[in-house]
Amino acid sequence: MAKDPTRTAKKLALFAVAMFGFGFALVPIYEVVCEATGIGGRTGVISQSEAEADQVDAERLVTVEFDTNVDSALPWAFKAAEFNMKVHPGEMAEAVFVVENRSDKPVIGKAVPSVAPPIASKFFDKTECFCFTEQRLEAGERKEMIVRFVVGSQLPEDILIMTLSYRFFQVPDNADVAISDTKAVKTKI
Amino acid sequence: MNDAAVHDDHHDHDHKPTGIGRWLFSTNHKDIGTMYLVFSLFMFFVGGAMALVIRAELFQPGMQFVDPQFFNSMTTVHALVMIFGALMPAGVGLANWMIPIMIGAPDMAMPRMNNMSFWILPFAFTLLLSTFFMPGGAPAGGWTMYPPLVLQLGDGFPFLIFAVHFLGISSIMGAINIIATVFNMRAPGMTFMRLPLFVWTWIITAFLLIASMPVLAGAVTMLLTDKFFGTAFFDAAGGGDPLLFQHVFWFFGHPEVYILVLPSFGIISQIIPTFARKPLFGYASMVYATASIAFLSFFVWAHHMFAVGMPLTGELFFMYATMAIAVPTGVKIFNWTATMWKGSMTFETPMLFSIGVLFMFSIGGFSGLMMGITPVDFQYHDTYFIVAHFHYVIVPGIIYGVIAGVYYWLPKWTGVMYDEKLGKLHFWLSTISVNVLFFPMHFIGLAGMPRRIPDYSTQFADWNAIISIGGFVFGLSQLILVWVVIKCARGDGEKATDQVWESAHGLEFTLPSPPPFHSFTTPPVVTDATAHS
Ligand code: HEM
Ligand SMILES: [Cu+2]
Repeated sequence: MAKDPTRTAKKLALFAVAMFGFGFALVPIYEVVCEATGIGGRTGVISQSEAEADQVDAERLVTVEFDTNVDSALPWAFKAAEFNMKVHPGEMAEAVFVVENRSDKPVIGKAVPSVAPPIASKFFDKTECFCFTEQRLEAGERKEMIVRFVVGSQLPEDILIMTLSYRFFQVPDNADVAISDTKAVKTKI
Repeated sequence: MNDAAVHDDHHDHDHKPTGIGRWLFSTNHKDIGTMYLVFSLFMFFVGGAMALVIRAELFQPGMQFVDPQFFNSMTTVHALVMIFGALMPAGVGLANWMIPIMIGAPDMAMPRMNNMSFWILPFAFTLLLSTFFMPGGAPAGGWTMYPPLVLQLGDGFPFLIFAVHFLGISSIMGAINIIATVFNMRAPGMTFMRLPLFVWTWIITAFLLIASMPVLAGAVTMLLTDKFFGTAFFDAAGGGDPLLFQHVFWFFGHPEVYILVLPSFGIISQIIPTFARKPLFGYASMVYATASIAFLSFFVWAHHMFAVGMPLTGELFFMYATMAIAVPTGVKIFNWTATMWKGSMTFETPMLFSIGVLFMFSIGGFSGLMMGITPVDFQYHDTYFIVAHFHYVIVPGIIYGVIAGVYYWLPKWTGVMYDEKLGKLHFWLSTISVNVLFFPMHFIGLAGMPRRIPDYSTQFADWNAIISIGGFVFGLSQLILVWVVIKCARGDGEKATDQVWESAHGLEFTLPSPPPFHSFTTPPVVTDATAHS
């Protein structure tokens, strides 16, 4: 038999290795798809001047609901001061959240935001947010925090309601470490 | 050809090794095939025992026998054991035994790799099952290993990951071996379009394996680094996304279901023509349909994720793609039916099991189609309806196919006919009980009973009791198969002829029963007249 099974096997093994690589390549591919479609509900960050440049659409009102969650490892209570608010697209708005450390130790947490429905997240931008930085709360401390945001005037007409959701995670290691020394948490806000 | 076979018979006495070394160091495709099949049968009972723990707990509402954590381990490990320990090794075992003697090759292309890919399996399952004795227990977050839940597993976590790695490596090696064998070692005249369908389905399965298994390996590697090395692929706190895992997992997971089922399709494509005494209807369309199913299976993965919140276009795309798979599947069902049409059918056990596949796989296919409709899947998702779906396609769809193949080729392997009475008893007991077991799951699923929960609302009590009875009867019926196999292995039965079945075709039936240890050392010549279909 003139044919060589070992050659076939080597090619196939190479293919298998390539597919292993493809598994990892799915990570950046997923990023790109999320960027394009809003899957994952990631919100944008813009500057004050960019926010002011948007046209306010006084004709329309959209409801923004607030949803708050705390990771089970984090001994905090966290909620929005108001459960929802109505905003005009293009208008700058400010919402207040309250967080409280219910443990007897200082703890550092970090909030991760997301917006639903995914398509709305592409029009949701923040100029200022407590989620931009890690939050350190002393034992028993209670704190009010704000987020300033704009729902872009280009928001599709059929979206009347959207949810801004936050989840607070404990920052790895512990609160004894100053914020500047903590292992930088990769952020995509 | 017979000359060659007889000639081999002489060789036989010189070359068959003896003792435990025969099995440990075996490079003989028949011995390795046997080991795979025996291993698979053993794991079938290990996984089956776990299923019976589940059914015992669910016999009545309330908590009876096990604590919830252990219950969750049972559902999780049952699935892993059945998929990777029973179904896949059964398919690879049959491939090992049959492919070389179906294509007229003396052995598999890489005999040593073949040995390794088998012996990895018991090792990997030792890793997996040892987690039962570790702090934190065995995996309990579901066979799909979704983060963040799976990351909460205790000391067993790295064992789970490495077990999956090894199982993946084993099956990739098996797949490479199969393709290398079929591509390079066919007998003269055995062209691709003369290959028996079982060989065709295995080539396609092997490509699916090589394309999808490494992706699973990648996904679980990311789980491992997330847990131990501070990466955040799936960790929202670190900027990752747990949903990403689901996408990567199902990119593997859906092709995987076809990896499991295609060999079963191949087996019944061998059996139905034999007992209908007609050539397979639409051979070429069978090959193309199988290839299209395999191709399409890479574009439907998100039908497992309709409920996670995808954009509408995504939901629609995956809905239509899922529906599209039903078309080539329908072609196959049509061809099998047409093969039987006006055939002179007899209903020996392998034929009964094959017809069982045809009917009951279709039931599972239909519920699959229902779940493929995005808006209604929101009702079915994560209920017993989906449990009914995949058990219909897997148990009477895949396991029946494997059992049919075992009955069909057992006389070839052992040289003696199995006990037909026991075979029929096995079939009828299994078929009645499998429907008592799985059909009512559709009802309780539609009524809202969630899957993977050890307790349930009392409204589901009656059906659950009936299901559990079906489960125990089905489980115990499988002991008949063990008895049948043992009887044949001991040579207790009528002597089988070379052809075994009145109208069986194919190279394997030109060899003596049992075939000599080394067969086709001189390749046979295949012509249209001797080709299988
Ligand atoms: C016409 C063919 C099929 C269609 C349209 C189909 C469709 C589906 C859909 C839509 C789901 C997701 C249900 C949900 O989570 O709500 C599903 C789940 C599943 N299917 Fe199928 N399916 C088909 C064939 C098969 C076959 C042949 C197998 C196995 C060999 C299979 C095995 C599974 C498994 C194991 C699951 C559950 C996975 C899990 O969540 O644990 N399906 N199927
Ligand atoms: Cu699927």
